[in-house]
Amino acid sequence: MQKIIRNEIIESKLYVVGVQEKLDNLIVQMINENQETLKNHWLKEVNLFKEKELAGYTTTLKLSEETDQQFFELLIKHINYHDISKDGTLDQFFDQVLHTGLPLKYLTQGLQVARRVILNLLVETESDKEKLAAVYREIDSWLDPILNRVIENSSQIWERTVSIQKTALLELSAPLIPVFKNISVMPLIGSIDTERAKLIMENLLNGVIKYRSEVVLIDITGVPVVDTMVAHHIIQAADAVRLLGSTCILVGIRPEIAQTIVSLGIDLSLFPTKSTLQKGMENALEITNQQLISNE
Amino acid sequence: MDIQSCVEVRNEWDIVSARQLGRNMAKELGFGNVDQARITTAISELARNIYLYAGRGKICIEPIDQLGRKGLRIVALDNGPGIREIRKVMEDGYTTSGGLGAGLPGVKRLMDEFSIESTVDVGTEISATKWLR
Repeated sequence: MQKIIRNEIIESKLYVVGVQEKLDNLIVQMINENQETLKNHWLKEVNLFKEKELAGYTTTLKLSEETDQQFFELLIKHINYHDISKDGTLDQFFDQVLHTGLPLKYLTQGLQVARRVILNLLVETESDKEKLAAVYREIDSWLDPILNRVIENSSQIWERTVSIQKTALLELSAPLIPVFKNISVMPLIGSIDTERAKLIMENLLNGVIKYRSEVVLIDITGVPVVDTMVAHHIIQAADAVRLLGSTCILVGIRPEIAQTIVSLGIDLSLFPTKSTLQKGMENALEITNQQLISNE
Repeated sequence: MDIQSCVEVRNEWDIVSARQLGRNMAKELGFGNVDQARITTAISELARNIYLYAGRGKICIEPIDQLGRKGLRIVALDNGPGIREIRKVMEDGYTTSGGLGAGLPGVKRLMDEFSIESTVDVGTEISATKWLR
Protein backbone atom coordinates (compact mmCIF):
# COMPACT_ATOMS: atom_id res chain seq x y z
CA MET A 1 0.00 0.00 0.00
CA GLN A 2 2.80 2.33 0.89
CA LYS A 3 4.29 1.95 -2.51
CA ILE A 4 1.12 2.93 -4.29
CA ILE A 5 0.82 6.11 -2.30
CA ARG A 6 4.39 6.98 -3.04
CA ASN A 7 3.94 6.49 -6.74
CA GLU A 8 0.84 8.60 -6.72
CA ILE A 9 2.58 11.40 -4.91
CA ILE A 10 5.41 11.30 -7.42
CA GLU A 11 2.89 11.35 -10.18
CA SER A 12 1.09 14.26 -8.68
CA LYS A 13 4.26 16.29 -8.80
CA LEU A 14 4.10 16.18 -12.57
CA TYR A 15 0.84 18.03 -12.74
CA VAL A 16 1.12 21.69 -12.02
CA VAL A 17 -2.59 22.21 -11.78
CA GLY A 18 -4.29 20.43 -8.94
CA VAL A 19 -1.11 19.32 -7.28
CA GLN A 20 -2.13 20.79 -3.97
CA GLU A 21 -5.55 19.26 -4.12
CA LYS A 22 -4.16 15.88 -4.93
CA LEU A 23 -1.67 16.03 -2.10
CA ASP A 24 -4.54 16.97 0.17
CA ASN A 25 -6.57 14.00 -0.87
CA LEU A 26 -3.64 11.66 -0.54
CA ILE A 27 -2.89 12.71 2.97
CA VAL A 28 -6.52 12.48 3.93
CA GLN A 29 -6.73 9.05 2.37
CA MET A 30 -3.68 7.91 4.22
CA ILE A 31 -4.93 9.27 7.52
CA ASN A 32 -8.21 7.46 7.00
CA GLU A 33 -6.55 4.19 6.14
CA ASN A 34 -4.32 4.31 9.16
CA GLN A 35 -6.88 5.68 11.55
CA GLU A 36 -6.56 2.85 14.05
CA THR A 37 -2.77 3.11 14.29
CA LEU A 38 -2.97 6.87 14.61
CA LYS A 39 -5.61 6.59 17.24
CA ASN A 40 -3.60 4.16 19.32
CA HIS A 41 -0.49 6.31 19.14
CA TRP A 42 -2.53 9.37 19.95
CA LEU A 43 -4.30 7.83 22.92
CA LYS A 44 -1.00 6.53 24.26
CA GLU A 45 0.70 9.91 24.11
CA VAL A 46 -2.29 11.80 25.45
CA ASN A 47 -2.62 9.39 28.35
CA LEU A 48 1.05 9.79 29.14
CA PHE A 49 0.59 13.54 29.19
CA LYS A 50 -2.49 13.23 31.36
CA GLU A 51 -0.67 11.13 33.91
CA LYS A 52 2.25 13.48 34.04
CA GLU A 53 0.71 16.93 33.75
CA LEU A 54 -2.89 16.62 34.80
CA ALA A 55 -2.46 14.41 37.86
CA GLY A 56 -4.28 16.95 39.98
CA TYR A 57 -7.22 17.13 37.61
CA THR A 58 -7.91 13.46 36.93
CA THR A 59 -9.18 12.79 40.41
CA THR A 60 -11.50 15.74 40.62
CA LEU A 61 -12.65 16.06 37.03
CA LYS A 62 -13.74 13.42 34.63
CA LEU A 63 -11.04 13.02 32.05
CA SER A 64 -12.78 10.00 30.73
CA GLU A 65 -11.70 7.73 27.91
CA GLU A 66 -14.89 8.78 26.22
CA THR A 67 -13.76 12.38 25.95
CA ASP A 68 -10.48 11.26 24.42
CA GLN A 69 -12.26 9.06 21.88
CA GLN A 70 -14.64 11.82 20.96
CA PHE A 71 -11.79 14.30 20.65
CA PHE A 72 -9.87 12.12 18.21
CA GLU A 73 -12.88 11.16 16.13
CA LEU A 74 -13.86 14.77 15.74
CA LEU A 75 -10.34 15.64 14.66
CA ILE A 76 -10.33 12.97 11.96
CA LYS A 77 -13.78 13.98 10.86
CA HIS A 78 -12.73 17.57 10.43
CA ILE A 79 -9.56 16.68 8.61
CA ASN A 80 -11.83 14.95 6.12
CA TYR A 81 -13.87 18.08 5.71
CA HIS A 82 -10.77 20.25 5.13
CA ASP A 83 -12.69 22.81 7.10
CA ILE A 84 -12.85 23.12 10.85
CA SER A 85 -15.90 25.29 11.13
CA LYS A 86 -18.08 22.87 9.22
CA ASP A 87 -21.15 21.79 11.22
CA GLY A 88 -19.68 23.33 14.40
CA THR A 89 -19.32 20.05 16.27
CA LEU A 90 -15.66 20.64 17.05
CA ASP A 91 -16.43 24.05 18.49
CA GLN A 92 -19.18 22.57 20.58
CA PHE A 93 -16.85 19.90 21.87
CA PHE A 94 -14.20 22.45 22.84
CA ASP A 95 -16.76 24.61 24.58
CA GLN A 96 -18.05 21.61 26.46
CA VAL A 97 -14.55 20.59 27.55
CA LEU A 98 -13.66 24.10 28.68
CA HIS A 99 -16.93 24.57 30.52
CA THR A 100 -16.44 21.41 32.55
CA GLY A 101 -13.28 23.04 33.87
CA LEU A 102 -10.75 20.95 31.99
CA PRO A 103 -7.53 22.84 31.39
CA LEU A 104 -6.81 24.39 28.02
CA LYS A 105 -3.53 22.51 27.86
CA TYR A 106 -5.41 19.25 27.49
CA LEU A 107 -6.83 20.48 24.19
CA THR A 108 -3.65 22.11 22.90
CA GLN A 109 -1.61 19.06 23.83
CA GLY A 110 -4.18 16.81 22.13
CA LEU A 111 -3.86 18.80 18.93
CA GLN A 112 -0.09 18.84 19.06
CA VAL A 113 0.05 15.11 19.62
CA ALA A 114 -2.28 14.64 16.65
CA ARG A 115 0.07 16.66 14.48
CA ARG A 116 3.01 14.61 15.69
CA VAL A 117 1.49 11.19 15.11
CA ILE A 118 0.21 12.10 11.65
CA LEU A 119 3.57 13.51 10.63
CA ASN A 120 5.38 10.47 12.02
CA LEU A 121 3.25 8.24 9.88
CA LEU A 122 3.86 10.29 6.77
CA VAL A 123 7.59 10.54 7.42
CA GLU A 124 7.79 6.77 7.57
CA THR A 125 6.33 6.42 4.12
CA GLU A 126 7.99 9.34 2.40
CA SER A 127 11.67 10.18 2.09
CA ASP A 128 11.78 12.94 -0.48
CA LYS A 129 12.62 16.14 1.34
CA GLU A 130 10.70 18.51 -0.87
CA LYS A 131 7.59 16.49 -0.66
CA LEU A 132 7.94 16.11 3.07
CA ALA A 133 8.13 19.85 3.39
CA ALA A 134 4.96 20.17 1.36
CA VAL A 135 3.25 17.62 3.57
CA TYR A 136 4.38 19.48 6.69
CA ARG A 137 2.96 22.71 5.37
CA GLU A 138 -0.24 20.99 4.45
CA ILE A 139 -0.76 19.42 7.85
CA ASP A 140 0.10 22.71 9.51
CA SER A 141 -2.49 24.51 7.45
CA TRP A 142 -5.14 22.09 8.72
CA LEU A 143 -4.22 21.98 12.34
CA ASP A 144 -3.16 25.57 12.97
CA PRO A 145 -6.64 27.04 12.45
CA ILE A 146 -8.07 24.49 14.88
CA LEU A 147 -5.43 25.37 17.44
CA ASN A 148 -6.05 29.07 16.98
CA ARG A 149 -9.74 28.51 17.34
CA VAL A 150 -9.32 26.63 20.60
CA ILE A 151 -7.16 29.35 22.11
CA GLU A 152 -9.51 32.05 20.87
CA ASN A 153 -12.54 30.28 22.33
CA SER A 154 -10.88 29.72 25.64
CA SER A 155 -9.67 33.28 25.98
CA GLN A 156 -13.13 34.51 25.07
CA ILE A 157 -14.64 32.43 27.84
CA TRP A 158 -12.13 33.92 30.27
CA GLU A 159 -12.60 37.46 29.09
CA ARG A 160 -16.34 37.10 29.46
CA THR A 161 -16.04 35.69 32.97
CA VAL A 162 -13.63 38.41 34.03
CA SER A 163 -15.79 41.20 32.64
CA ILE A 164 -18.94 39.80 34.26
CA GLN A 165 -17.16 39.55 37.58
CA LYS A 166 -15.73 43.01 37.20
CA THR A 167 -19.19 44.50 36.67
CA ALA A 168 -20.56 42.50 39.58
CA LEU A 169 -17.71 43.72 41.75
CA LEU A 170 -18.21 47.33 40.71
CA GLU A 171 -21.88 47.11 41.56
CA LEU A 172 -20.97 45.91 45.03
CA SER A 173 -18.03 48.18 45.56
CA ALA A 174 -19.46 51.45 46.86
CA PRO A 175 -23.18 51.50 47.63
CA LEU A 176 -24.66 54.49 49.39
CA ILE A 177 -27.72 53.57 51.43
CA PRO A 178 -30.16 56.17 52.75
CA VAL A 179 -31.10 55.02 56.24
CA PHE A 180 -32.97 57.82 57.99
CA LYS A 181 -34.04 61.21 56.81
CA ASN A 182 -30.88 63.08 55.77
CA ILE A 183 -28.64 60.23 56.91
CA SER A 184 -26.89 57.80 54.56
CA VAL A 185 -24.39 55.02 55.10
CA MET A 186 -21.65 53.74 52.83
CA PRO A 187 -20.37 50.37 54.00
CA LEU A 188 -16.99 49.48 52.52
CA ILE A 189 -15.82 45.88 52.40
CA GLY A 190 -12.55 44.61 51.00
CA SER A 191 -9.43 46.22 49.62
CA ILE A 192 -9.61 49.66 48.10
CA ASP A 193 -7.67 50.36 44.92
CA THR A 194 -7.53 53.53 42.85
CA GLU A 195 -10.45 52.57 40.64
CA ARG A 196 -12.65 51.81 43.60
CA ALA A 197 -11.55 54.95 45.39
CA LYS A 198 -12.75 56.99 42.43
CA LEU A 199 -16.09 55.20 42.52
CA ILE A 200 -16.44 55.79 46.25
CA MET A 201 -15.94 59.51 45.73
CA GLU A 202 -18.44 59.66 42.86
CA ASN A 203 -21.16 57.63 44.58
CA LEU A 204 -20.68 59.52 47.80
CA LEU A 205 -21.10 62.94 46.20
CA ASN A 206 -23.95 61.91 43.90
CA GLY A 207 -25.72 60.21 46.79
CA VAL A 208 -25.36 63.21 49.06
CA ILE A 209 -27.17 65.33 46.48
CA LYS A 210 -29.71 62.67 45.53
CA TYR A 211 -30.80 61.77 49.07
CA ARG A 212 -30.19 65.25 50.48
CA SER A 213 -27.98 63.73 53.12
CA GLU A 214 -26.77 65.99 55.86
CA VAL A 215 -24.66 63.27 57.35
CA VAL A 216 -22.89 60.41 55.58
CA LEU A 217 -21.35 57.57 57.55
CA ILE A 218 -18.45 55.76 55.89
CA ASP A 219 -18.08 52.36 57.51
CA ILE A 220 -14.61 50.80 57.12
CA THR A 221 -15.19 47.77 59.35
CA GLY A 222 -14.64 45.48 56.37
CA VAL A 223 -11.53 47.20 55.00
CA PRO A 224 -8.58 44.97 55.93
CA VAL A 225 -5.78 47.51 55.58
CA VAL A 226 -5.83 51.26 55.91
CA ASP A 227 -2.58 52.54 54.48
CA THR A 228 -1.68 56.08 53.45
CA MET A 229 -3.34 55.66 50.05
CA VAL A 230 -6.67 54.51 51.49
CA ALA A 231 -6.52 57.19 54.18
CA HIS A 232 -5.74 59.80 51.58
CA HIS A 233 -8.77 58.84 49.51
CA ILE A 234 -11.04 58.85 52.54
CA ILE A 235 -9.76 62.26 53.59
CA GLN A 236 -10.37 63.60 50.09
CA ALA A 237 -13.87 62.12 49.97
CA ALA A 238 -14.74 63.56 53.38
CA ASP A 239 -13.36 66.91 52.33
CA ALA A 240 -15.48 66.91 49.18
CA VAL A 241 -18.58 66.04 51.22
CA ARG A 242 -17.76 68.94 53.53
CA LEU A 243 -17.67 71.26 50.52
CA LEU A 244 -21.24 70.22 49.72
CA GLY A 245 -22.21 71.36 53.18
CA SER A 246 -22.68 67.92 54.68
CA THR A 247 -20.81 66.09 57.38
CA CYS A 248 -18.89 62.87 56.90
CA ILE A 249 -18.35 60.54 59.84
CA LEU A 250 -15.81 57.74 59.60
CA VAL A 251 -16.96 54.69 61.54
CA GLY A 252 -15.83 51.10 62.08
CA ILE A 253 -12.26 51.90 63.07
CA ARG A 254 -10.87 48.80 64.71
CA PRO A 255 -8.26 49.22 67.49
CA GLU A 256 -5.41 47.83 65.39
CA ILE A 257 -6.34 50.13 62.51
CA ALA A 258 -6.37 53.08 64.91
CA GLN A 259 -2.84 52.18 65.99
CA THR A 260 -1.50 51.87 62.47
CA ILE A 261 -3.10 55.17 61.47
CA VAL A 262 -1.38 56.86 64.41
CA SER A 263 1.96 55.20 63.57
CA LEU A 264 1.68 56.31 59.98
CA GLY A 265 1.10 59.82 61.27
CA ILE A 266 -2.13 60.35 59.36
CA ASP A 267 -4.22 63.27 60.51
CA LEU A 268 -7.90 62.37 60.56
CA SER A 269 -8.93 65.23 62.82
CA LEU A 270 -10.73 67.12 60.03
CA PHE A 271 -13.87 65.06 60.50
CA PRO A 272 -15.47 63.08 63.34
CA THR A 273 -14.60 59.39 63.70
CA LYS A 274 -16.32 56.70 65.75
CA SER A 275 -15.46 53.13 66.60
CA THR A 276 -18.77 51.57 65.55
CA LEU A 277 -21.58 52.25 63.13
CA GLN A 278 -24.00 52.42 66.06
CA LYS A 279 -22.10 55.25 67.75
CA GLY A 280 -21.79 57.02 64.44
CA MET A 281 -25.52 56.72 63.88
CA GLU A 282 -26.27 58.19 67.33
CA ASN A 283 -23.99 61.07 66.47
CA ALA A 284 -25.67 61.52 63.10
CA LEU A 285 -29.14 61.63 64.67
CA GLU A 286 -27.91 64.28 67.05
CA ILE A 287 -26.51 66.41 64.24
CA THR A 288 -29.76 66.18 62.26
CA ASN A 289 -31.90 66.83 65.36
CA GLN A 290 -33.65 63.50 65.19
CA GLN A 291 -34.42 60.96 67.86
CA LEU A 292 -35.32 57.30 67.92
CA ILE A 293 -38.36 56.84 70.12
CA SER A 294 -39.39 53.42 71.28
CA ASN A 295 -43.08 52.58 71.48
CA GLU A 296 -43.07 51.23 74.98
CA MET B 1 12.37 27.99 59.01
CA ASP B 2 14.27 30.01 56.42
CA ILE B 3 11.76 29.95 53.63
CA GLN B 4 11.69 33.19 51.74
CA SER B 5 8.60 34.09 49.79
CA CYS B 6 8.49 36.73 47.14
CA VAL B 7 5.67 38.45 45.33
CA GLU B 8 6.23 40.27 42.05
CA VAL B 9 4.63 43.69 42.08
CA ARG B 10 3.43 44.87 38.68
CA ASN B 11 -0.10 46.14 39.31
CA GLU B 12 -2.43 47.12 42.11
CA TRP B 13 -3.69 43.59 42.60
CA ASP B 14 -0.19 42.37 43.35
CA ILE B 15 -0.14 44.75 46.29
CA VAL B 16 -3.09 42.85 47.72
CA SER B 17 -1.39 39.48 47.24
CA ALA B 18 1.84 40.74 48.83
CA ARG B 19 -0.22 41.93 51.78
CA GLN B 20 -2.02 38.62 52.11
CA LEU B 21 1.25 36.71 52.05
CA GLY B 22 2.63 38.98 54.78
CA ARG B 23 -0.47 38.61 56.91
CA ASN B 24 -0.41 34.82 56.64
CA MET B 25 3.28 34.61 57.53
CA ALA B 26 2.86 37.02 60.44
CA LYS B 27 -0.06 34.98 61.72
CA GLU B 28 1.95 31.78 61.44
CA LEU B 29 4.83 33.26 63.42
CA GLY B 30 2.44 34.20 66.21
CA PHE B 31 2.21 37.97 65.81
CA GLY B 32 -0.81 39.54 67.50
CA ASN B 33 -3.60 41.41 65.77
CA VAL B 34 -2.03 44.83 66.08
CA ASP B 35 1.37 43.72 64.82
CA GLN B 36 -0.27 41.85 61.95
CA ALA B 37 -1.99 45.08 60.96
CA ARG B 38 1.31 46.97 61.26
CA ILE B 39 3.15 44.45 59.10
CA THR B 40 0.47 44.32 56.42
CA THR B 41 0.22 48.09 56.33
CA ALA B 42 4.00 48.39 55.98
CA ILE B 43 3.97 45.86 53.12
CA SER B 44 1.14 47.77 51.52
CA GLU B 45 3.13 51.03 51.64
CA LEU B 46 6.30 49.46 50.28
CA ALA B 47 4.46 47.60 47.52
CA ARG B 48 2.58 50.72 46.54
CA ASN B 49 5.82 52.68 46.33
CA ILE B 50 7.17 50.06 43.94
CA TYR B 51 4.01 50.23 41.86
CA LEU B 52 3.90 54.02 41.82
CA TYR B 53 7.55 54.94 41.35
CA ALA B 54 9.40 51.95 39.90
CA GLY B 55 6.59 50.32 37.93
CA ARG B 56 7.73 46.85 38.87
CA GLY B 57 9.73 45.10 41.51
CA LYS B 58 9.24 42.55 44.22
CA ILE B 59 8.45 42.16 47.87
CA CYS B 60 10.19 39.37 49.74
CA ILE B 61 9.08 38.28 53.16
CA GLU B 62 11.13 36.01 55.37
CA PRO B 63 10.93 34.79 58.93
CA ILE B 64 14.18 35.41 60.79
CA ASP B 65 15.70 33.91 63.89
CA GLN B 66 18.63 35.63 65.62
CA LEU B 67 19.81 33.79 68.70
CA GLY B 68 16.31 32.69 69.50
CA ARG B 69 14.84 36.07 68.79
CA LYS B 70 12.18 35.67 66.15
CA GLY B 71 10.91 38.17 63.69
CA LEU B 72 9.75 38.92 60.20
CA ARG B 73 11.72 40.80 57.59
CA ILE B 74 10.23 42.53 54.60
CA VAL B 75 12.50 43.39 51.71
CA ALA B 76 11.27 45.59 48.87
CA LEU B 77 13.42 45.50 45.74
CA ASP B 78 13.15 47.36 42.51
CA ASN B 79 15.25 48.51 39.58
CA GLY B 80 13.42 51.78 39.31
CA PRO B 81 14.68 55.36 39.11
CA GLY B 82 16.02 55.34 42.66
CA ILE B 83 15.50 57.99 45.30
CA ARG B 84 17.42 61.23 44.87
CA GLU B 85 16.93 62.66 48.33
CA ILE B 86 16.62 59.92 50.89
CA ARG B 87 16.73 62.40 53.77
CA LYS B 88 13.72 64.18 52.33
CA VAL B 89 11.55 61.12 51.69
CA MET B 90 12.03 60.18 55.32
CA GLU B 91 10.46 63.47 56.36
CA ASP B 92 6.75 63.47 57.12
CA GLY B 93 4.66 65.19 54.52
CA TYR B 94 7.16 65.08 51.68
CA THR B 95 5.55 63.68 48.56
CA THR B 96 6.18 63.74 44.84
CA SER B 97 2.94 62.05 43.87
CA GLY B 98 0.34 64.18 45.62
CA GLY B 99 -0.16 61.63 48.38
CA LEU B 100 0.08 62.19 52.11
CA GLY B 101 3.83 61.79 52.23
CA ALA B 102 3.55 59.48 55.22
CA GLY B 103 4.57 56.22 53.50
CA LEU B 104 8.26 55.68 54.24
CA PRO B 105 8.45 57.49 57.59
CA GLY B 106 5.27 55.62 58.47
CA VAL B 107 6.82 52.26 57.63
CA LYS B 108 9.82 53.16 59.78
CA ARG B 109 7.49 53.84 62.73
CA LEU B 110 5.37 50.74 62.09
CA MET B 111 8.40 48.42 62.10
CA ASP B 112 11.27 47.93 64.56
CA GLU B 113 14.19 48.13 62.18
CA PHE B 114 14.41 49.96 58.92
CA SER B 115 17.09 50.46 56.30
CA ILE B 116 17.06 51.96 52.87
CA GLU B 117 19.59 51.83 50.08
CA SER B 118 19.04 53.57 46.83
CA THR B 119 21.12 54.48 43.82
CA VAL B 120 19.76 56.87 41.25
CA ASP B 121 18.91 55.07 37.99
CA VAL B 122 19.83 51.69 39.49
CA GLY B 123 17.17 50.90 42.00
CA THR B 124 16.08 50.81 45.60
CA GLU B 125 16.23 48.22 48.33
CA ILE B 126 14.30 48.75 51.50
CA SER B 127 14.40 46.32 54.35
CA ALA B 128 12.23 46.43 57.45
CA THR B 129 12.03 44.05 60.37
CA LYS B 130 9.47 43.46 63.07
CA TRP B 131 10.49 41.44 66.13
CA LEU B 132 8.18 39.04 67.88
CA ARG B 133 7.72 40.06 71.49
